[in-house]
Amino acid sequence: MISFEPTEDQQMMRDTVAAFATDQIRPVARDADESGQIPDGVVQQAWDLGLIQSAIPEEFGGYGGDRSAVASALVCEELGYGDLSIAMHVLSPRLVTYPVLELGTDAQKQAVLPVYSGEKFAAATAALMEPTMGFDVNDLAVTATRQNGGYVLNGSKCYVPLGAEAKHAVVYARGEQGTEAFLVAADTPGFTVVEREKIMGLKALATYEMKLDSCVVPADARLQGDLKPIFNRSRVALAALAVGVARAAFEYARDYAKDRKAFGVPIAQKQAIAFMLAEMAIEVDATRLLTWEAAWKIDRGEDATREACLAKNYAAEMVLKITDNAVQVLGGHGYVRDHMVELWLRNGRGFAVFEGLALA
Amino acid sequence: MIDFELSEDMRVMRDMINQVAQQTMRPISHQFDEEEHTDPVEWQKMMWDVSKGSSVFGGGPSDKKERGASNGKPAERNVGATVTIEELSWGDAGLYLSIPNAGLGGAAVAAAGTPEQKKRFLQRFSEGDPKWAAMAITEPGFGSDSAAVATTAVRDGDQWVLNGTKIFCTSGQRALDKSEGFVVVWATVDKAAGRAGIKAFVVDHGTTGVTVTKVEDKLGIRCSDTAAIVLEDARIPLDNLLGDAEVHTDSKKGFKGAMATFDATRPAVAASAIGIGRAAVDFVRDELAKAGVEIHYDRPAMKQTAMERDFMAMEAHLQAARLLTWRAAWMMDRGMQNNLEASMCKAKAGLAVTQVTQKAVEILGPLGYSRKLLLEKWMRDAKINDIFEGTQQINLMIVARRIMGYSSKELN
Repeated sequence: MISFEPTEDQQMMRDTVAAFATDQIRPVARDADESGQIPDGVVQQAWDLGLIQSAIPEEFGGYGGDRSAVASALVCEELGYGDLSIAMHVLSPRLVTYPVLELGTDAQKQAVLPVYSGEKFAAATAALMEPTMGFDVNDLAVTATRQNGGYVLNGSKCYVPLGAEAKHAVVYARGEQGTEAFLVAADTPGFTVVEREKIMGLKALATYEMKLDSCVVPADARLQGDLKPIFNRSRVALAALAVGVARAAFEYARDYAKDRKAFGVPIAQKQAIAFMLAEMAIEVDATRLLTWEAAWKIDRGEDATREACLAKNYAAEMVLKITDNAVQVLGGHGYVRDHMVELWLRNGRGFAVFEGLALA
Repeated sequence: MIDFELSEDMRVMRDMINQVAQQTMRPISHQFDEEEHTDPVEWQKMMWDVSKGSSVFGGGPSDKKERGASNGKPAERNVGATVTIEELSWGDAGLYLSIPNAGLGGAAVAAAGTPEQKKRFLQRFSEGDPKWAAMAITEPGFGSDSAAVATTAVRDGDQWVLNGTKIFCTSGQRALDKSEGFVVVWATVDKAAGRAGIKAFVVDHGTTGVTVTKVEDKLGIRCSDTAAIVLEDARIPLDNLLGDAEVHTDSKKGFKGAMATFDATRPAVAASAIGIGRAAVDFVRDELAKAGVEIHYDRPAMKQTAMERDFMAMEAHLQAARLLTWRAAWMMDRGMQNNLEASMCKAKAGLAVTQVTQKAVEILGPLGYSRKLLLEKWMRDAKINDIFEGTQQINLMIVARRIMGYSSKELN
């Protein structure tokens, strides 16, 4: 039966993360963007919320909670509202734990999950994206070739978050059955950091170009099974993060417009501005609902490819438009870095490009 | 718990109404678009026979009893109404608007009438011949600015005397001249009091001094009658006034109360828009499949065709509008204030479906533009949803006021 009301548990988690985003993330977001560094303190505080450990079964040291994509969409929106770079940083362990939980063998779970169930934040990553114009998760350039009963991985990856400090990575490559995923320890020979990337947004998040140069992995490194649910969880996470970024920009522009006066009245009382803000508000809600629906479909165990892609594409377009409008509402003030809106526009533009940088 | 699946009752109802739409509406859709001002009498009679007395065609705030539970199930009358309206409008929006029922006029009586008034005016909709009730707000001199009502109501002994001209009254001719229905007329009892002076009056069929002077020729929804009504010393009983006769300057009983009707009717209009949009999207999807064009949802921009991109955008905007509409209806079922969400869904659906149907005509090219198919008709029908029950811009204004906490004085 149709309902738009989160469960009590979901709402509690949402409120907790919302407060964390407002009180702890937002105050450090600007400095983090300028310095290219996220303070350890906020990362550890996020870790202490249990966002990663909660989905790991108790036998592997976690809290044994579920892995609801709907619940995660709620959390992702709030973290994205705080700051996108910080959100992706603190969620990065999921890039390994979720695929392992979804597709891993007991041995893989045993080897990996306890690392992400401890007291301290531990970074993990995914090497999915590649430096090419028409990047396509179903048509990768990095290859996985069978050799001596194992695989050898070759090629270049980019936008690998926390690639230098991650303990494990899931490396996606083109194998005999199309796109395949491999669980790789960070210190595996032949898997190396090329350089930290300089990109338009996500400046606080350390992302790396990485190289796979005859990187040999054993046969059992390959995650068996359908990767679609993983990619769909990524699309939902990105869509939800986009909703958070868009909502941040909308609220900031709204509050500014009510405060800023022109011709004797707040500019929010001018239709040209008021209508922009109204459309922003509608689209934030529209995108959130599309995202929830895709997440809901994932939670039902159905193929959510259509819904997840529609939601992610819609979100990518919407977040760009809304963050751009937010800069526009602030005018010249929106263009200077004293205000957050230019940062959100830079981050907002990225969603059309991002794939696989977070999992819901 | 967040859930996007309709209840089983709703799904059964939806499938049943979809059959009605497919089997009885689509076959006559073309005819009653071409033959404007002609009533689909047999079809109307059939719809009257199957639906009279049911509340399924009208949403509205649920009362406490209903909200609690019926057979242990939570109320879903308004979600149900949006589902029903979407299916009927998928069949044909002009025909949907021509179904004999208590409509907007009845909704006003149900919302603001006394038990006696409800019995006197609404009972007729569950018996006898097909009937309509309508709502007359717009006048030649104003549209969106509902507070500028110029039609007057003056008390004379135990009667109200109404004078003025109303236009764009949906089903006005059917309510007054073609059935034993009524029209709810908005008129002012005290022009100086502004909005507070505006009251709603039930003008019954056969009232002397009430004349339908014109039925509009329109771009779309041609089967629906859109009437101009002149009131010349039209005398109605004192107790045909809905609500309170007092002029309250600051009360929910006055103008604000009347405007609250829109919180229920806007999701209904949005649902109708979505039905038309879905008709177009379904049709385009089928034609693309026949032509061997596949939609790959998970391809990057560089590998998508313009066609795929357009089609996916149509689907996404339509679904976004539907979810906003369900939310507004669901809130009403839960007894929640939904003024903001009702305007959000109406603004989104009106625009989205206008654009979706326009794109559908473009995609089908010469076939889309041809009157042999229904696409061009759906495009014409869709546009009304961007206009009536508050234009897109009026709804944006309401959204803007709500999100910023502005009164209508502060933002207009």
